[in-house]
Amino acid sequence: MMERIWDERIQIVAVILFTIGFCTLLVHKNLLKKIIGLNIMDTASYLLLTSMGYVEGRLAPIIRGGNTDPSAYVNPLPAGLVLTGIVVSVSVTALLLALTIRLYRHYHSLDLDKIYELAAKEDQNER
Amino acid sequence: MSFASFNFPLFSIILALVCSAVSSVLRRKAARILSLCLCLTVAVLSFTLCSVCVRMGGRMDFLMGHYPHPWGNELRFGPLEPFFAGMFSLIMLLSILGGEQQLLRDLPMQRQNYYYVMTDLILVSILALCYSNDLFTGYVFIEICTISSCGILMIREIDRTTLASVRYMIFSLIGSGLFLLGLILLYGITGHLLMPNLLDSVRSVWASGGYRLPLLSSAALITIGLGVKSGLFPFHYWMPDTYGAATASSSAILSGLVSKGYIFFLIKIVHRVFGVEMFYASGIANILFVLGLAGMVVGSVYAMREENIFRMIAFSSAAQIGYIYMGIGISPQLGITACMFHMLAHAVTKPMLFLSAAQLQSCTGKRTVKELRGSARKHPLAGAVFIVGSLSMIGFPATMGFVCKYYFAVAAFAASAGRMIPALIILALSTCLNAVYFGRSIISVLTPGTDADLRRVRVRDNVPFAVSGIMLSALNLLWGLNPKFLYNLIDLGRELL
Repeated sequence: MMERIWDERIQIVAVILFTIGFCTLLVHKNLLKKIIGLNIMDTASYLLLTSMGYVEGRLAPIIRGGNTDPSAYVNPLPAGLVLTGIVVSVSVTALLLALTIRLYRHYHSLDLDKIYELAAKEDQNER
Repeated sequence: MSFASFNFPLFSIILALVCSAVSSVLRRKAARILSLCLCLTVAVLSFTLCSVCVRMGGRMDFLMGHYPHPWGNELRFGPLEPFFAGMFSLIMLLSILGGEQQLLRDLPMQRQNYYYVMTDLILVSILALCYSNDLFTGYVFIEICTISSCGILMIREIDRTTLASVRYMIFSLIGSGLFLLGLILLYGITGHLLMPNLLDSVRSVWASGGYRLPLLSSAALITIGLGVKSGLFPFHYWMPDTYGAATASSSAILSGLVSKGYIFFLIKIVHRVFGVEMFYASGIANILFVLGLAGMVVGSVYAMREENIFRMIAFSSAAQIGYIYMGIGISPQLGITACMFHMLAHAVTKPMLFLSAAQLQSCTGKRTVKELRGSARKHPLAGAVFIVGSLSMIGFPATMGFVCKYYFAVAAFAASAGRMIPALIILALSTCLNAVYFGRSIISVLTPGTDADLRRVRVRDNVPFAVSGIMLSALNLLWGLNPKFLYNLIDLGRELL
């Protein structure tokens, strides 16, 4: 049992990190912490993907010493996927931060519940 | 001709990408004309390709970069993908056209061209979701779609839209996070990202009985991820804020097209990645069935309680998305065909409602159902479009909404008793609830108002809306009265998916 947990430690850590990030993104009131949660969640996915791309005993996918046997090298695709994913999460984070700044300028708060309250009050005043 | 037409999907995607880049340096009017021409061109190309595929009676793999699978990237199309791509671009064209007045009013003048950058990008991602045969490519375009959808929402600079954008982004990102995790698990099990290879591996793994839990979690994560993004109950809370606060064209595009793009991709994944047998044997379809049924009732109940007309239409969207997922849950043949028919019906009807409600609102200045009293008399065309749309939502005969409900009932009768009875009961209940709140708004807009000012808005005051409203109503009635052609096309396409 312990051996199996040790063998799959990276997957287990990745799932725990993903859950932490997911819960933070879903339930935390503070907008900045939500964004941090989003980044933890994405990073956990990349950890999982990177760990799949590493096979013990194999070489980086660059031909060395004329060895063209594919089984001597790791698959380069997961690294490419991680890079693409990082680009996506950077752009999404930037967009969310921009939105947060806009909200903070108007409501002077980062607490989403408080912002909803203020917005509801404004709506009532308009009526 | 047929050989050349196989390049149309890639050409449309590249064309839309180039147009969106060019629009960022154009003036408002030029960017608008470019965007409208782009939608029209893509629609024409897609329908041509669709007719070629129907005549050929098969599907086609388009290699990108000359490498065959499992190494290269591919586009795949039968009759269905180009047809949906064409319909999506046509509806986008009509949505942009019909909401011009609101766009001019709601958006800052110097930044209006950016709106068209975003809509072009949405078109790119929807086309890519329709055609792509690679799961990771799909993920990237899902994210592009999320960002650009948020763009057309937040470009209206009022505080409510900023708040709605934040909520929309949070739910969307949860959805994409779940989708990504599911995708990575699947990649870990199979080692493939192209759909045909994935299908082969998933079938052999499922038959061997190994990796049951990871495979099931992956299927569940991907399905729920796309469900969250398209507004499946109980993840529909972003919808009323989003559709209620955005400018009319954005609401029409987001509710009519973006959510359908995700669902279309999900249906492709069900057929080409997990395989229909595994998906229905695993019980995930049952979960979708139950959530769909719940959404149909809960969405309608919330809509009944809502006074703001835009929020009411948005909650009704949540109910309609419930119908679509119920269709996926009923059965893999009749159910999915009915569900795709409903996707088209909803994509045609929702823009009608949002655009006409925005017209009614701008001629009275009010946005609650009660205060819109008599507005159809002030703006007869918008009133007519609103009434046709509402009748279609209720499921009045001669509209597309009626045909959908008929096909859902047919699919339910063919299913097992455990699915037939709940599906029929909820279908009837939801129809009654729809009739209550849409009936109330129809009565409200038709009742003579107390307002002394009876100046009528004429058709020539707003020609773009007239064109878009009449075209959408005509499409709705045409396919409501003559659904056989559309149904056969969808059925053929589904078999070739």
